[in-house]
Amino acid sequence: MTVEFIGLWIAGFLTLAIFSFLYRDNVFYKIAEAVYVGISAGYIMVQSWHDVVIPNLLIPLKSGNWLYIIPAALSLFMLAQLIPKIRWISRISIAFVVGTGAGYGFVTYLKSNLFEQVHSAIYPLWSGNIWTSLGGVVLLIGTVTGIFYFFFSLEHKGVLRIGARVGMMFLMITFGASFGYTVMARISLLIGRIYFILHDWLQIVK
Amino acid sequence: MKRMIPLFITFASGFLIIMSFFIPHYPVGELTNIMKEWYMVVAVFAMILGILNLFKVNAHKLIKLKPGWWYALILISALIFMVIAGWIGGMEEGSWFDFLFKFVYTPLNATMFSLLAFFVASASFRAFRARNIDAGLLLIAAILVMLGRVPLGNLISSYLPLIQSWIMEFPNTAGQRAIMIGAALGVIATSLRIIIGIERSYLN
Repeated sequence: MTVEFIGLWIAGFLTLAIFSFLYRDNVFYKIAEAVYVGISAGYIMVQSWHDVVIPNLLIPLKSGNWLYIIPAALSLFMLAQLIPKIRWISRISIAFVVGTGAGYGFVTYLKSNLFEQVHSAIYPLWSGNIWTSLGGVVLLIGTVTGIFYFFFSLEHKGVLRIGARVGMMFLMITFGASFGYTVMARISLLIGRIYFILHDWLQIVK
Repeated sequence: MKRMIPLFITFASGFLIIMSFFIPHYPVGELTNIMKEWYMVVAVFAMILGILNLFKVNAHKLIKLKPGWWYALILISALIFMVIAGWIGGMEEGSWFDFLFKFVYTPLNATMFSLLAFFVASASFRAFRARNIDAGLLLIAAILVMLGRVPLGNLISSYLPLIQSWIMEFPNTAGQRAIMIGAALGVIATSLRIIIGIERSYLN
């Protein structure tokens, strides 16, 4: 009995245990769920330890770079959250993470999500092809009216109401398209799991 | 003092990061590169804190023998086993960690997400009632995208894949772009509020 064989049977059992939830909540599903949560948490912990903590904290500290005592202290302060008496110390680490994250968020969203998107929305409407040009007009109207919909500083009356209404229609098409896209992605995963059961595990399908 | 020091750290770190985009040279650029490393390390410890909290909650459930205590036992065992496998056995191919990743984590993860296909189908049955124009647009867009992405759509009409890609490329992009611009304005405003100390809810 090879390791691969044992692994396939474990994977097969866990796959069926998760699918058993489709009938109703049961003990097999709960076992698989508990294993999933535990294994995922462990995986994230080990992976981030190897990829982030070792190269960015432990190696510099080992090589005598004492400046790295600061992130080591900040990291330990974060864990103080678990001890009620000294919980307030973790605020220092949280403040550092929140402040740095806010700084990055401010600049990256300003550059990539605001300026880049506005820049991409400004282009020549006639491209030489009727359908692409029509699409370009739709894209422009959809973007502008969609922003109208998110503009809450003024009451949606008159022109703003019409703009917001058209924007709402575009947003519904977007949600519909995203929904359809997500459904297809999930169906593709489902096909993958059924293929695993029939091909890899039970070897019914060649 | 317990509030002033964190508020100052938030302001200083946020301000320095913003400055580094305008002054990428020594010493600001150098300092923010170091800060970026520190940020990643502290963020990982924030995640570890969450995992330790998960451990604590389940250990409490197990010790007090609360209903479902043995699921807590399974969860804790899986967590400890994975961590030990990764830290002691290493992460190379053929290791215990690799085995657990390939035969436990990957199938569980894919099956959990594929299970959503059934729930999405039942949710769409309720949502896809064309009660008004908006719901009708959502319904039509979703059906066209779903049909256009499978061979069946091409069998029904060769135009369906083209309509699907046109919807994805133009009206869908327009909506996404409006959402992204709106969300960016929200993030920028919130980040500014945090940096200058108006937004303090994270200190509670």
